[in-house]
Amino acid sequence: MKTFLILGAGTGGTMMANKLAKRLDPQEWEIILVDREMEHYYQPGFLFVPFGYYKPESIVQPKQKFVPSGVKFINSDIELIEPDQNRVTLKEGNKVLSYDHLLIATGTDIHPEEIEGMQGAGWQQNIFDFYTFDGSVKLHKFLNNFNGGRIVVNIAEMPIKCPVAPLEFAFLADYYFQQRGIRNKVEIVYSTPLSGAFTKPVASKMLGDILVKKNILIEPDFAISGVDSAKNIVSSYDGRELNYDLLVTIPTNMGANVIGLSGMGDDLNFVPTNKQTLQSNKWQNVWVIGDAANVPASKAGSVVHYEAETLIENILHAIAGKELTAAFDGHSTCHITSGFNKSLLIDFSYDVEPLTGVYPMPVVGPFPLLKESFFNYLGKLSFRWIYWNIMLRGIPFPLPPAFSMAGKKQ
Amino acid sequence: MSVLDSVKFDADGYLEDPKVWNKEIAEAIAKREGVTLTERSWIVINYARKEFETKGEAPTLRAITKNTEVDTKELYSLFPGGPGKLAAKVSGLHKPTGCI
Repeated sequence: MKTFLILGAGTGGTMMANKLAKRLDPQEWEIILVDREMEHYYQPGFLFVPFGYYKPESIVQPKQKFVPSGVKFINSDIELIEPDQNRVTLKEGNKVLSYDHLLIATGTDIHPEEIEGMQGAGWQQNIFDFYTFDGSVKLHKFLNNFNGGRIVVNIAEMPIKCPVAPLEFAFLADYYFQQRGIRNKVEIVYSTPLSGAFTKPVASKMLGDILVKKNILIEPDFAISGVDSAKNIVSSYDGRELNYDLLVTIPTNMGANVIGLSGMGDDLNFVPTNKQTLQSNKWQNVWVIGDAANVPASKAGSVVHYEAETLIENILHAIAGKELTAAFDGHSTCHITSGFNKSLLIDFSYDVEPLTGVYPMPVVGPFPLLKESFFNYLGKLSFRWIYWNIMLRGIPFPLPPAFSMAGKKQ
Repeated sequence: MSVLDSVKFDADGYLEDPKVWNKEIAEAIAKREGVTLTERSWIVINYARKEFETKGEAPTLRAITKNTEVDTKELYSLFPGGPGKLAAKVSGLHKPTGCI
């Protein structure tokens, strides 16, 4: 019996467990899925919880509900990966698992401790993150009682998971305070290490214009050097200081600690990975999906979904001793919620930046690109159902994985 | 005639071909960008060149501060504004690829 070991039962690990269970011969392969947590969070929901648009309990389900029969689920932290020995040691009982193939799907986490003073006296008092369930729930309580002042949204450094989420947070904050009738008492500042609202020129211009329209101040090229909780000041390396009454931080994102401990990661514990085949650069029987990889694509669920299509083919080829032929093109599709029941859609790849135009979709489409619309927002809201019922279960989905120029304006 | 007249730059002022770079060009780019290079700047530049030769791209700020004795604060004083971009520019490397 051979072992296919998957580390991490988040979006990528769960999806791949479902795909592998359908494609690998159960007489020949045992599939094991390891995760330290029992709950699966619908992470796009973390954005809506602070404003009360989603109830916290509506975005949590037991992980095991999505584990297909035939896949063994182990609830444990991971102590060490030894890729040269093809084995993994679990924290639970120091159990050692040997594998034939390994899939790393350990994702990325926030590290507020990387920023001086971030976790000082103000942490979770008037400094919150919304990249964790705990953070978004606590931020909701704070916002409920917030009646005016200066909000600074800060991205510490790139790359981050879901790079549009901080913008969406600023857009939704504008909407939320308008709904409460106190927008005139709230100042919103968007501070980013990037030179504009987004990385790529066309989208940066369009999204930057929306910030201006919503009266959100942008503080570009802001490389955070530290937080002073006593004075409520966040400062940058070039000497700028921003006062805040509420600091919403997107701290440094890093891969799992065990990746670093096992000597498998880069400076941020992301695994060096071939951006097309999604195979580890160093070990031929090690594969990487989603946020855990260092590939220059967005760290986002849509990317994981597209990657999975490439990955399953390449894994099956490798097992059969054939050449790897499937190549991931960096395709990413993101909904950007902009408040007032509207959202924008962007679609891009390694080579093509987000452009304007339309996104063709059979039956329900086309959806406009880089333009606010109610129709797009319906797409975003329906995604929660699609995520739980189709995506995680590895069921084919009517979105072609390969990036296409159809409908886009150049 | 400046040494910069003999080499090509892209629209953002980055050297088109990192291979033609030399110390004289680095000094000239630095002058054009209004920065003075010190011994400390060269620690960063030499590291950036070494990284480029092994990995094919400019190092991140985090990699520079982790692997040289120059910390982030000093990096900002040596290459004011955006040290990642400026250090890459002076080192004759392509514009660092922003993560999307």
